[in-house]
Formats: sequence, C-alpha cells, structure tokens
Amino acid sequence: MPSFQFSRRTVLTSAGVAALALAGCSDADPLGTADPGQDPDTTDDASEPAAGGPIRVGSAGFTENEIIAEVYAQALEEAGYTVERNMQIGARDIYYGALTDGSVDIVPEYSGNLLQFLDPEATAAEPDAIISALEEAVPEGLRVLDPAKAENKDSWCVTSEFSETNGITSLADLAGFEGTLRVAGNPELAERPYGPPGLTEIYGVPAESIEFTPIDDGGGPLTVQALVAGDVDMADIYTTTPAISDEGLVVLEDPENMIIAQNVVPLASDAFPVDAEGIIDAVNIALTTEDLIAMNARNQGDEKASPATIATDWLTEKGLLGG
Amino acid sequence: MNLAWVSANWPRIWDLTVQHALIALVPVVLSLVIAVPIGWASHRSRLARRTLLPFSSILYAVPSLPLFVLLPVILGTRILDPVNVVVALTVYGVALLVRTAADAFDTVGLATRDDALAHGHSPGQVFWRVALPLAGPALLAGLRVVSASTLSLVSVGALIGVPSLGYFFTDGYRRAFPTEIWVGIIGTVVLAAVFDLVLVAIGRVLLPWVRATDRTRA
Amino acid sequence: MNQVIAALQWLADGANWSGPGGLLARTWEHLWYTALALVVGAVVAVPLGMYIGHTGKGRTFAVGVSGAVRALPSLGLLTLLAVSMGLGLGWAVVPSTIVLALLAVPSLLAATYSGFDQVPDDVVDGARATGFSELQIVGRVELPLALPLMVGGLRAAALQVLATATISAYLGLGGLGRFILDGLSVSDYPRMLGGAIAVGGLALAVDGLILVVQRLVVPRGVHVAVGPTDA
Repeated sequence: MPSFQFSRRTVLTSAGVAALALAGCSDADPLGTADPGQDPDTTDDASEPAAGGPIRVGSAGFTENEIIAEVYAQALEEAGYTVERNMQIGARDIYYGALTDGSVDIVPEYSGNLLQFLDPEATAAEPDAIISALEEAVPEGLRVLDPAKAENKDSWCVTSEFSETNGITSLADLAGFEGTLRVAGNPELAERPYGPPGLTEIYGVPAESIEFTPIDDGGGPLTVQALVAGDVDMADIYTTTPAISDEGLVVLEDPENMIIAQNVVPLASDAFPVDAEGIIDAVNIALTTEDLIAMNARNQGDEKASPATIATDWLTEKGLLGG
Repeated sequence: MNLAWVSANWPRIWDLTVQHALIALVPVVLSLVIAVPIGWASHRSRLARRTLLPFSSILYAVPSLPLFVLLPVILGTRILDPVNVVVALTVYGVALLVRTAADAFDTVGLATRDDALAHGHSPGQVFWRVALPLAGPALLAGLRVVSASTLSLVSVGALIGVPSLGYFFTDGYRRAFPTEIWVGIIGTVVLAAVFDLVLVAIGRVLLPWVRATDRTRA
Repeated sequence: MNQVIAALQWLADGANWSGPGGLLARTWEHLWYTALALVVGAVVAVPLGMYIGHTGKGRTFAVGVSGAVRALPSLGLLTLLAVSMGLGLGWAVVPSTIVLALLAVPSLLAATYSGFDQVPDDVVDGARATGFSELQIVGRVELPLALPLMVGGLRAAALQVLATATISAYLGLGGLGRFILDGLSVSDYPRMLGGAIAVGGLALAVDGLILVVQRLVVPRGVHVAVGPTDA
C-alpha cells in the first residue's frame, strides 16, 4: 500500500494511528486534543495549561450561544488546551448553577441580562457601565472576561402589518393598545424584568391584558412562525436572528431602555486558567454583531451548518486558526 | 432528510449515540438487580405486595424531568452529572419491573415451590434453582420493555444539559430542522433494537428453554 | 428534603391554585390532554385489538408494532411533529395528542387482544352453535368477558399518558408540565416539584377512579387478576 504512509511522522504507535483516524473523520480542529506538552508553542512556556485538567466549555440552551462557545473551545484547542464541551445546558439559571458547582469553567454570556440576573436592582444601561457594574456583581469564584463589541439583545418584534394597523412602532405605544396583547418568548421571559413584568411596570401595559405563551426555542423559527402566522401579536426575538430582516419584522423601539445593552461577555469560574484569558480576549476583539447574524444564518438557514463548522470557518477567516 | 448534514455531522452523531447508550446501560442492569428481590418479597408477603406494588406504579407516574432536577439536591451530585439521569431511570426501570417480577414468581406457583421444598431444597435453593429460572422468561420480557423505555427516556436529559441523542430533539426544535430530529429518533430506535437483540441473546444463553415457550401464549 | 417541604408549601399556597395559570386550570388542561389522547388511542387500538383477538390473526404484527412504538422517544416525536407539521402555536395540541395517543396504543392493544384471547374457545363455539352471528359473538360474549383486562390496559395507558402529558408544555401548551418547564427555566425548584407532585397526585386519583370502574365492570363471580399485559 504505497499511497498510505505518514511520511512526516517517525514514530507511530497504534494508538496514534487510531487517534489520527478519529481526527480525520472529525470536523473539529485537527490539532484536537493533542497533548499540550508536545505542542512546540507551549513547551517552553511557563504556563501549564494541563495543570488543572481540561477546560470545560459550556453554553446556554440556544444555538448562537453554542456557536460562540464552540469558537472559544476551538481557539483554546488551537492554543494547546484540552477542552471538554457541554453545550446547550439550558436557561441561565441552570448553566449558572453548573458554573458555580464546577461542572463547567466558562460560558459565553450577555452583559445586560447577566447583570439583571445577578443584581435585579441594577440600573446601569450603557455598555461600559454595565460591564463595570457586572464586575462588582459577580460573586466570588466567578469572573467576567473582557466583553466583545458584538451584541445580541432581546427585542420585542411585531409584524409590519400589526405595526401599521395599530400604529405601534415603540413599546411606549403598547399602553394604548386595546384588547389582549398576545406575546411569546422563552418560558423564563415571563419573569424577566424585560419580559411582561417590564412591559407593565415600565410601559404601563396592564398585566391582565398581557397573555404570555412560552415557546421553548430561544426566539427561533417557531417563535417567528407564531408571530408571522398571527398566533401571537408580539414576540421576543433576539436581534441577531436573520428572520427579523427576512420576514420584515418591526423591532419596537425601547425609549426607556428596558432592554439594556447585551454585549457578549465570557463568564468564567476560578477553575478557568488565567493565562488562557488572552485567547478568549482575541476572539472577543474580533467578534462583531454582523458576524453573529451571519453565523446564525448559516446555522438556521438552508445550510444548517453545525456550530463546530461555523466556528472553524469564522476562526479561519479571522486568522485565529491554522495561521 | 438532509443527508449531507448527516454525513457532515457524523462524528457528533456517533459521539452522542455512544453517550446515550452508556447512560441507558446502567439503569437496565440495575433495575433487574433491584426489582427481582422486591418482586420476590411481594410474592412471599401479602403486606409487601399491598405496599410495594401500588407504590411502584405511582413512581412510574412521576414525570422524569423534575426527578432529574431533584436528584442533585438529594444525592449531592452536580447539576450536569449524568448520575442524576442514571438514578432516575433506574427508579423507573424498577417501578416497571417489580410488578412483572412479582407476577412471574406468582405464576411459578406454590405447587412447584412446595414440591421443591419437599425434596429437601432450602428456601434459598428454591429461589435460585427453581423460582428464578422459571420466572426467567417473564423477567426477560419485562426487561426488554424496561430497556426500550429507558432508551427513550434518556433523551429527556437534554432539557437539563446531559448530552444524549436528545440534544438533536431540542436543537432541531430550536431551529425547526426535521432532519436533525429524525437522526435522534432513528438513533434511539436503532439503540433500542441493539439492546433488545443483546437481551434476547443473553436470554438464549441463560434460559435455553425460552425458545420452546416463545410461541405459546403468555 | 427542604426542597420537598418548599414544594408542599408552594402547593398549599392558595394563590397558586387560582387564575388561568393556576393549579386548577392547569390540572383541568392536563386531564383534557390525557382524555383526548386516550380516546384517540382507544379508537385506534380497541378495534384493532378486537380484530386480532377475535380472529387470532396479526398477533405477531401487533407485538412487533407495540415494541417499536414503545422504543420511540416521545420528546423526539413531539418535536418532529411540531416542526414538520407546521401547524404553529394555535394547533400545537395536534402533535401533542398524536404523541400521547401513540403512547397509549401498546397497552390498550395488548390488553384488548389478550382479553379476547382468554375467552375460552368452547364459550365462543357454544355461542356460534346457538346461532350468534360473528358480530354478536364479539359484542355480547367476548367483549364483556374481555372488559376487565381492557380496563386494566386503560389504567396502564392512562398513567403513562398522564405522566408524559407534561411534555406538551414544551410546545407552549398548558397542563401541569407548565409548572415543571417554567420552574426549570428559572430554577424555581419548589414550583417544579410542586408541579411534579400534582402530576403524581392526579395519577393516583385517576388510577383510583379507573380501579373503581374496573370493579364495576367485572361480572359478579368472576375474578381476573389484572397485572401488566403481556409484552
């Protein structure tokens, strides 16, 4: 079998062959879980990535978050770290619990929602103010790394038809809406300050005239469908969802800043090695809101690309992988 | 079906299939080990029968999701620990199998038992040499149901972040992608078929007389 | 245990019982989903089981299909139907009912044909000799004698459907599953466990009710052990 040879490798144990075979049929980073000690970039480095075992990367229960987490994971692997993945854990309350009990070490977060989660009384609304408030609010054992410019907010959307018929372009117009306002979003929204409670407290929509339907798809296609089909009047859809422009949805203005800035920000536990922060920082510096929209489009659109593929392509495009 | 997606994501599919199988394996084995003594006790004692059997059928009606979440509190495990799912599924397996075991020992019949005792077997010997082998076919049939139901329930763990084929259900739902959900369903059914074949094969080895009774009415 | 106590306190709080999202309304929805699924499941399973039991044909087929259906993951089927049927939120009850009805079919089917099977052949032959038509044999001889086992099958099916109906909430429907999923999404364990206890309690009540019905339909002097139906 003359064509089947690993010419550049001198020593190959049978385990090594098996590992290569596995790497060959995986679409993950080819360096994969290689022993960091053998990576020329890290051998002379004082940093000991393997000291605390693998870095466990988790994500919230929706695909955009998994894509970002996958980007972090592959960037860490590129730098020689061993990574364990635990994707789509669930809602914030659950993955936050996983972070505090040590099941995962780092999760991509969104600054504003995280702040309101940690400190319901927080008043900061601007990106920088939120980050500094966040640094205060994060309990011992956890820390936030540098945020990305990229932002993905919750946003209250209506169809253009609904907007025109009722003359509603802003959340402030909702108080004048007659009848029952049927709204949809993820189940936890029912109790979030930017959910129905906020609509009542901040925009004066009577609580009894809001009918909330929980849809467990993270503002995904089914939520969009419910809105477009007229099953609900208004839905919480994340701003990086391609369907907002595809379906011509109207994002209601939020003059009172009920929904505060939501920059992508990694939330890490003390188990996350300090010297790996630079790798995550490099990713966040490069990540833009447009990137998120494009990545979501590949994931939700016809291509249905997997988070791993999307992450690899993005990292390669930004010169953060294989360069 | 989007076959390109299937081949592009094959490593992930394989990985989750293996995890799914591993999580299901322990509960299937444990439920047999635990249900047989309870079933035997229910067969021997009226009190045990009156209390254990109704309790086990109600246990089966407890929704799985809260049980998954409650167990870390009780066991002191981590939220994402697959142990939670394993323990919960064992509870269901036992609940499902206890009644089958009790009924199986009942059908072995008092006559057989008394006969064996009369021949000088100790009660322990009666259990191991007479009752258990005779109840074997019914226990195997029950265990096959437990295996199918366990494999199907593992996927609910995806709602609390325990990786299994259930990931494809929630992720496929979130992006309205039927192919991905199909992959999860087919994977689960294939695993169920494999588990079933293995159980039947084990049954053939341990209970060689099952074949003869296979076609008669239960 | 603190969590369980908190859950009981949650259940004891009258405020959680009233209103459109309260326990009473959710219990009612839950029963409605369950009953609907049982009716749909029975419409499929009972005639089929009667045919198999009466003619003795198709038994292997029924066992095979029941086994395959048992292996189908409900959550997968639910999400698949929801995504592929494209009915949207307003009709989410359709995929949910299909999944739950499918869950009821194996128990009902097996109970029905086993019930018909155990009617002694000489009883059937006797009826035939007396001049009963096949339809009369089914309706007047086999069905009454099979009824106890069939109700046993209904009991098993009802318990399973009732417990699984919680996943309907995943499609945005109501029912007691709402407390479980909503509680999960905000880590409100008392609410989640309270919902679970409510499902268990409801199962107990429904089980007891069917047990009473079962006692009533067993012809006097006949005692039939109702265990789980054969696999």
